[in-house]
Formats: sequence, C-alpha cells, structure tokens
Amino acid sequence: MSIIYFLITISILIAIVFLITFILAVKNGQFDDDYTPSVRMLFDDELKKTKTK
Amino acid sequence: MGNKNCFHCGKEYTTKEEIQFDEKSFCCVGCKTVYEIFSQNDLTCYYDFQSAPGATPEEINGKYDFLDDEKIQSKLLEFQENTIYIVSLYIPHIHCSSCIWILENLQKLQKGISTSQVNFTQKKVRITYNSEQTNLKDIVYLLSSIGYEPYISLENYETGAKQIDRSLIYKLGIAFFCFGNIMLLSFPEYFEVDEFWINKYRNFFRTLIFFLSLPSFLYSASGYYISAYKSIKSKMLNIDIPIALGIIVMFVRSVIDITFDYGQGFFDSLTGLVFFMLLGKLFQQKTYDFLSFERDFKSYFPIAVTKINQNGEEEPCQIYDVEKGDRLIIRNQELIPVDGILISPKTALDYSFVTGEAIPIEKKSGDKVFAGGKQMGGIIEMEVLFSVSQSYLTQLWSNDVFQKKIDQKHKSITDKVSQYFTPALLILAFGSLIFWLFINAYLAFNVFTAVLIVACPCALALTAPFTLGNVLRIMGNHKLYLKNAQVIEQMAKVDTIVFDKTGTITSSLKSTIEYTGTDLSNKELAKIKSIVRNSNHPLSRKLYAFLPQSEIVAINSYEEIVGKGMLASVENSTYKIGSLHLMNLELKIEKDKNTKVHIEIDSEYKGYFAFNHQYREGLNTLFNQLDKNNFKIVVLSGDNDGEQEYLQSVLPQNTTLVFNQKPEQKLEYIKKLQNEGKNVMMVGDGLNDAGALAQSNIGIALSENVNVFSPACDGIMDASQFQKLFHYIQYSKNAMKTIYMSFGLSLLYNSVGLAFALTGKLSPLFAAIIMPMSAITIVSFVTILSKFYGKKIKS
Repeated sequence: MSIIYFLITISILIAIVFLITFILAVKNGQFDDDYTPSVRMLFDDELKKTKTK
Repeated sequence: MGNKNCFHCGKEYTTKEEIQFDEKSFCCVGCKTVYEIFSQNDLTCYYDFQSAPGATPEEINGKYDFLDDEKIQSKLLEFQENTIYIVSLYIPHIHCSSCIWILENLQKLQKGISTSQVNFTQKKVRITYNSEQTNLKDIVYLLSSIGYEPYISLENYETGAKQIDRSLIYKLGIAFFCFGNIMLLSFPEYFEVDEFWINKYRNFFRTLIFFLSLPSFLYSASGYYISAYKSIKSKMLNIDIPIALGIIVMFVRSVIDITFDYGQGFFDSLTGLVFFMLLGKLFQQKTYDFLSFERDFKSYFPIAVTKINQNGEEEPCQIYDVEKGDRLIIRNQELIPVDGILISPKTALDYSFVTGEAIPIEKKSGDKVFAGGKQMGGIIEMEVLFSVSQSYLTQLWSNDVFQKKIDQKHKSITDKVSQYFTPALLILAFGSLIFWLFINAYLAFNVFTAVLIVACPCALALTAPFTLGNVLRIMGNHKLYLKNAQVIEQMAKVDTIVFDKTGTITSSLKSTIEYTGTDLSNKELAKIKSIVRNSNHPLSRKLYAFLPQSEIVAINSYEEIVGKGMLASVENSTYKIGSLHLMNLELKIEKDKNTKVHIEIDSEYKGYFAFNHQYREGLNTLFNQLDKNNFKIVVLSGDNDGEQEYLQSVLPQNTTLVFNQKPEQKLEYIKKLQNEGKNVMMVGDGLNDAGALAQSNIGIALSENVNVFSPACDGIMDASQFQKLFHYIQYSKNAMKTIYMSFGLSLLYNSVGLAFALTGKLSPLFAAIIMPMSAITIVSFVTILSKFYGKKIKS
C-alpha cells in the first residue's frame, strides 16, 4: 500500500508544475490582452491563401 | 448616376474625383497611395477582413520633427539597449481585425522593424526595431502615411514602461491550487470511517494538507491581514478585520487539531474561503482598457512644439521648456499649449476641447490666445506669455481636488455594515468563551474558535463585489462606463444633479438650422451642399449634414478663406458662402447672437442659414422624470444668458439656471452644494468642467464618441444614452437594494452556523459544506437580481 505515498507525491508535483507554468504565463503578460490573440490566430490561414494565389 | 464608395476608406465620392488604380477606385490620392503601398508589399489582404477599413492619411509635414530630438525620443521609448528599441504607440484608428493584421505586418513595410504587436483593447501597438536601420520618426511617418497616425501627447512624457500589477492573479492562482488539492486530499476523511487504510495514512494526508495550506494562508490571504491592520490603526472597523481574524483563528485551531490529533482541521474551508473572496475581488475589477478616467490636460497637449530660436530657425522644443517671451509656431490642427499673444495677422481657434463649443473663435494679431485652443487653417506664430504650468487652463489642475484620490473620498457600504458586524461578533465570541469556561475549558476554546470561524463574513464580503461587478458590466453594455464599483454606491445616493450646458444638454453635432432670405432652388441647394462638402469647418459640416441629399455637383474652383468662408465657382456661377464680412453689400449689424452662414450667388445676396443650439433628444422627459422624483436640477453654463428664457420655458420650474460660470466658479458652486449636505452628480463634457467633475461626488463625462478624450471623471457616458440617465440612477438604487437583501441572506447563514458553533457542534465537514454553499447562493442570488433590474433599463 505504500504506493499511495508515491502516487500522491507525484500528483502534487504535477499540480505544482502546472501552477508554476500558470504563474510564468501570467508573468509574461499572456493574460494582459485577452482579445487580440483571438483575432490573430485566424490570420495565418488567410495569409497562406493569398500567397498561393 | 449614383455615387460610389472609396475602396480604401469607404467615403463617398463623385465620378469627377474618382481615381482609378488597379481596377479599384479611390476617393483621393491619399487613399490610392496607401493602397499602392500595400499592394507593392503583398499586403492587400488587408481589404479581405473588412471592407473599406482604412483612413485617409492626413498631412503631417513637420508635425513630428521633435522625434529627432534624442531627449524627447528617449522619454517615449519603453526599452532601449544597444540597437534594440521598443516603443508603444497609441493609435486611435485601430478598430477592426484588418487593423490588427496590417499593424502586425509592419516589418514588411519598413526595414529595421523586427516585430510589432497590437493590443486591440488598449488600441496600442508595440514596435521593436533596430535603431541602426530605422528610427522612431520614420516609423511614425510610416504609420501616418498608411492612415494609422499615432497619438503622442504630453501624457506619454513620463510613462515609459508601465508596471502592471498582477499580484491578484498570482494570489488567485495559488489559492486555487491550494484549495483544489486540499479538497481532494481531505475527501477521504469526510466520511469518518474507521477503515484500516484511512487510519494508516491519515497523518500523511494531514501533513500534506498542512503544507499545502501554507501558501494560501501566508501569501494569498496576505492582503486581508494588511488591510485589517491598517483599519485597526486608523480606528475604522472594516470588513477585513473579521475576515482576517476568522482566517487566522481557523489556521491556528486546525494546526492544534492535527498536532494533538483532535480532528482533521478546517484547512479545506480556509483555502476555499480565501479562493472565493479573491474571486470576488477579481470580478469587481472590471476595467475598460480603451478608456481612461484619469486624464488631465496632459493627454490633450502635444509633447513638443516648434520654437523659433534667436537665429530665426525653427527647432523642436519640449513643452516644459517653453518660457515667457519665446516665439512658437503652431500648425494647422495643432493645439496651443500656453497662453500668449498672436503675432500672425488672423486666425480661427477651435476651443471645443475647453468649452465644448464647436464654433471657432476668430483672433486677430495682438489678441490674447489661451492654451487649449486648436489652430484651424494655416500656420500661425505666437509669443508666449506664461509657461505651461502657469497658463489659465492648466492652473485649474493645481486645485486641491485633483490631488486627493477619489477612492478615499467615501466609505463603502460593506465597511459601514461591518462597523456593527465586527463588534457584535467579538462580543458574541468572547461571551460564549466566558460562558463555556464555567462548564468545560476544552469546549470553551472549541466554541470560541468555532464562532469566529463560522461567522467569518465570507458571504457578506462577496455580496458587494459580485453585485457591483455585475452592475458595472450591465451598465457598460448600455454604454455607461464607470470607473469602479464604488461609483455605483455614490450614484445611488445622488440627490442633486448639475448639468453643464454647452455640449452636455445641447448636442454639438446637430443644430437646428433655419434658412431666411430669398428662396433657393433645389439645384442651388445641391451646389451649396457640394461646396461645403470641401470644408472641414464645423459649420460647413453641420450645413452639409442639414442640406437635403442630392447629387454632388463638380466644382470648378474652390478657395477657403480662413475665418471668413468659401469662394467657389460651380458651372457658370460664383458662390460666396460664409460670414457677413465676405458678402458684397454692407448690411445692417446683426442683432441676435445666433451664428449664421450667409449665401451669395453671382454677387447677389440671397440670405442666411441660422444655427440654433440643438438640445439633446429626450432632454424634456429626462428633466421631468428627475424633477418628479425630487432631484434638484442645476444647469451651469459658461455661456452668456442668451438662451435663458428659452431654457426656462422648456425645463421644469424648479431647475436652477446659472450662467457666465468660469471653470473655478463651477467647482466652487459644486462645493457650495456639498456644504449644504447635497450629494452632487455633475454631468459635463469639456475640460472646463474638469474641476467640477473632480469635486462632485460623482462626475459623469458625456462623450459623443467614447474613444476620444474626455476629462478626468468617475464615469463616461455615450451621448446617445443621455436620456437614460434617470434609469441608471434608478438602477444603481436597485443595486443597493439587492445588496441589502443579500446582506440579510448572508446574516441568516451566519446565524445558522452560529447556532451550531455556540452549542459546540461545528464539525469540519459542516463548515466545509456551509461556506461554499452560502457563497454560491449569495453569488447566484445577486447575479439573478441585478440582471433582473438591469432589464428595466430600456434600450
């Protein structure tokens, strides 16, 4: 049953990894502008279309 | 034949003006040039995202020469190292996805730009460039040449890179992490089963939970401890005291519980509480990035002007360095930054920034010109009388009202309730402690902590943020943008409303126009319309909007005389449109004060168009509604009393009318009302109202276009919503009602919890259920109710 110690530790560690990624993402300003990226992600496709023309 | 729209900017044009290029047609050379630039660089899919997204580039020669100045340039830059420079520019024209697309492809247009990133909500573009290959001035010129002229004002002067406060999001993230993990780990113990494996691993789980709760307890909740400490220090009992007390007691009790193996502790409720309350804080922080509520004259003023130095050469000069006696050159559309004397023979100044009055004022050589006027027409020269900080307009900002922070002006509703709540809670807790001490010392400690835990006013603290945050959003959907949630509380208390006249209860866009004189034929009207179309003068714009829709006639020759009017020949006749001075005959001097535009065709005087101020739609209904509901209404005007009689006849009898008010007098008037114990709402628009807006309990700036600048205020309202003002006030009152009801509800939860706590029966499981449950019911209750009341605002 000591596998529980191992499993719980792993699960907490994974959660900590996610927490750190979240904090880093906030720090880099990913959440400062929540509108422009939603438009920007649609651009690439259209750009390729006109290029192949 | 019908008119076509320009492929680039969408403006209407006549066949004669049409410019064909690449099978597309444009209204002017400017638009064509932009298209040319784009097509040469394979950027024509600019036009795919939205039809006619562009703006006509404006003449800018010489306007940005000051960017060559190293010192000024370095003030604007966000980052500067070796050859890598980063600058953030505010571009008001950003409005659609095409704009984002073209601005993020700037590197294809100019060598040296490595990346550019748009922040759409803030209307900003952040450009990284190599200073060896290009410079700031070139970039600004490039942007201007494709119709995206950046707005650079004195406000940019000291900013540089701004520090954004993200601590709330960090705290929230950590609180959620702790809350989630602790919930999972404490789940097995909720069932209180005495199974072998639970007993075996209990200590391991509890230790983990303890360590997991530390970041939430120490970091996420730290704001509450600080606030509680501050409020004790200033001897004001705010809501954060019972919260901080509850959290600390919960933690201490839980630590004791697990070390002596009394139970599992309240770590789950503790972290849940912190998480929910931080969530409430975040919800209340609705900000409108594209608006600014802190503007003062700095955001209107240019960062530099052109000075003539002793050798007679022009050189850029920083605004703060302008001294008395300097000679300045002001170009078309530039703002006069300081008070001075006009040297050039004649000009017209648009003071609409300052007064809200759109009709330009004529100035002659030797006249005093005041800061804040916008030059219309050619280039003028002026001599400086006062430096920037001593100018008439800017002196208003040295008044005390601009120094103190608005947030500290009022006590919030939650703080008021907690004034009673906190002492009552403490009495109850200590009372029960003393009572139980006589019976059982261990239970006494148990009950004492349980009371503080269960009474921790989580639901109470959530009520106001969620209600007000929701109301803030609903009002934003109805185009009233408030600065923060406290404004709503203030709005509910308003009993006196002060209106500015020009630009606020009158619309600067529309005027009623009446024609007096010899009748004009339809053809003549069409010709007049075609002529005024060429002029940017506000009166011409109004006249153009007023005249009936007709086919646009081509004009053979056209000349605009600044301050006088227009000369034009159309087909075989000459038209003179403008002021009386332009007309051939000497007419008797005008008696009434109305603004007029005279018409002369082939040296024959025809008549004039008279402009009356147009009062806003729904003005009558609004004032009557306000009057019926016992609001005191005041109209403050900087103008003369020319329209007093008319105003008195249309407005309710109790309306007070005050004329000839200077900006400081408006401020004083509001102060006087406040000293009488009134809660004043000021509705204004121009910079001359800025003092009054800051002084009033709540200042609302009315704006024809919320994206253009308005003075510092508590809220910005779209002018089209003016008639709904009463509904907004009513709504804010309903919002407060909602808060009171919800306070009742949360006190109910508290007393149920207290009943358990006082009898010593509070179990961790019960606490873990009642906390989130009360939070969720409160949140849904206030959300539903504020939505329901929000529907009452008629759209």
